[in-house]
Amino acid sequence: MTGVSQQGHSLFRIAMRSLLSSKATTTALALMAIVVLLTLAAPLLSPWDIDSTDWDNVATSPSIETAHYFGTDDVGRDIFVRTLYGGRISLLVGLSATMVSLVIGVFWGAIAGYAGGRTDQLMMRFVDVMYAMPFMFFVILLMVFFGRNIFLIFVAVGAVNWLDMARIVRGQTLSMKHREFVEAARAGGVSNLNIIRRHIIPNLLGVVIVYVTLTIPQVILVESFLSFLGLGVQEPMTSWGALVNDGAALMESAPWTLFFPALFLAATLFCFNFIGDGLRDALDPRDSAGES
Amino acid sequence: MLRFTVKRFFGAIPTLLVLMVLAFTLIRVAPGGPFDSEKQLSAEIQERLNAAYHLDEPLWQQFIRYLGNLLQGDFGPSFAYADYTVSELIATGFPVSLKLGSLAMLLAIIAGVAIGTMAALKQNTRTDYVVMTAAMTGVSVPTFVIAPLLVLVFAVTLQWFPAGGLGDWRNLVLPVIALALPQIAYIARLTRGSMIEVLRSDYIRTARAQGLTQIEILFHHALKPAILPVVSYLGPATAAIITGSVVVEQIFGVPGLGRFFVQGALNRDYTLVMGIVVFYGVLIICFNFFVDIAYRWLDPRVKL
Repeated sequence: MTGVSQQGHSLFRIAMRSLLSSKATTTALALMAIVVLLTLAAPLLSPWDIDSTDWDNVATSPSIETAHYFGTDDVGRDIFVRTLYGGRISLLVGLSATMVSLVIGVFWGAIAGYAGGRTDQLMMRFVDVMYAMPFMFFVILLMVFFGRNIFLIFVAVGAVNWLDMARIVRGQTLSMKHREFVEAARAGGVSNLNIIRRHIIPNLLGVVIVYVTLTIPQVILVESFLSFLGLGVQEPMTSWGALVNDGAALMESAPWTLFFPALFLAATLFCFNFIGDGLRDALDPRDSAGES
Repeated sequence: MLRFTVKRFFGAIPTLLVLMVLAFTLIRVAPGGPFDSEKQLSAEIQERLNAAYHLDEPLWQQFIRYLGNLLQGDFGPSFAYADYTVSELIATGFPVSLKLGSLAMLLAIIAGVAIGTMAALKQNTRTDYVVMTAAMTGVSVPTFVIAPLLVLVFAVTLQWFPAGGLGDWRNLVLPVIALALPQIAYIARLTRGSMIEVLRSDYIRTARAQGLTQIEILFHHALKPAILPVVSYLGPATAAIITGSVVVEQIFGVPGLGRFFVQGALNRDYTLVMGIVVFYGVLIICFNFFVDIAYRWLDPRVKL
């Protein structure tokens, strides 16, 4: 059993090594880390608060002297601080909603794949049905009708994004369930639930990590889309989507209010997509012969 | 072929039912109603209104009634736009959205396949890296960031195109580009990946050995198998364009279905929201069906 779980890790390690060997992905990782650190260190970096208004500097352009590094908006709020705090919310939504989709998707896919037969058919048919739904419309309805609660955003967005994960996990589980270590566990009398929990899921790690890195940007995008329509995060909190929405209204007189939040949002999405792509290539069985 | 069509037709029924039940319950369970307003209506009027629109019946009965009307092609009256039926509203909004969406889709396919093919032919050269980095940026920059930027550059600063509204073709340029850009980027990435694989295959090497030119190989042998992944992406692409149109119509002030939807949701316009969800649901299902047929036509290995 330890041999098996080590194989899972070593696959992951191989992926990490090939990932770090590429200059471009290393840069993306570093950039990612910088954005995360900046959002965490926001209060230390600027004298301004998220909703403090500086009436001497209303809609002023970026400047070092006034400590408004990214300028201010039409009520004198500091864009630098707001962008970083907004980033916290965007990243938080990205991570938590991805976790929601991860849990649903992995369990759904693993159970369907492991059970096989009727159960599998029924569960995957349900996934097919859900695929055809215009989900954004449901999310919009949810946000309009049930208030713009941030936890609802996590759940709604996560509940929308688990379908791909379920399909991929099912495929992997199918290919794994007749392998020797699973047969051995079954012969040893381990219960089905424990086989899924202790033997199948740990071995899905590599694939799941790739899709997590690709799901996070999708989720951040959905949240910012909602916030852009005014249906996501509400004042005094903010997110990159909400900031872009504010900035778009002011772009003719104060383009920096649009530019900086949009830059942070796009850079973050870019890094996640890039890392996810790199990981997927690294783990692609067609390229790495010898990996089973 | 006939069997496939019949099978898909019956397969679509549960999908549609789930869609309608979900949308219906979601809308009705929500707090607030279509007749909430600043001025409190008297209880009697409220009751009569509810009775007139059958809102006083149990939920399942309303749903059955709605289904019955729907089967006769009747989406019901709009609650917020007095004197309009939902069918009329869809009939005014949809042509606009359709024009915008189909132009964006066309642009996305043509430009995406062309760019992806070019990158594949020049694999691992500087052109390839530049184009693919641009495509990755395109995937990462959301529509609602691109759209204001396009307005800022091409409408406000350069004044080449109007910033919004509806008129001649010049009004359509910016919204179509905003809608198409992310899809161009995604399709270019898909095409590049599959084209590289196809160009490596044995029959292409044979064709090359027989002395066919690059162009002949590309158009006669490589293109058809290489665009298969693009064809299967068309379903999700339609869904993405429909979603994107909600934002683009908002930004450019285009009176399409996307705007009706957001307005309808805010107004608690039950029938309008429900009508648009059902309408788009049917549209996506039909479109996926045609995509499947196209796929099977392009790839004879897949049996109907």
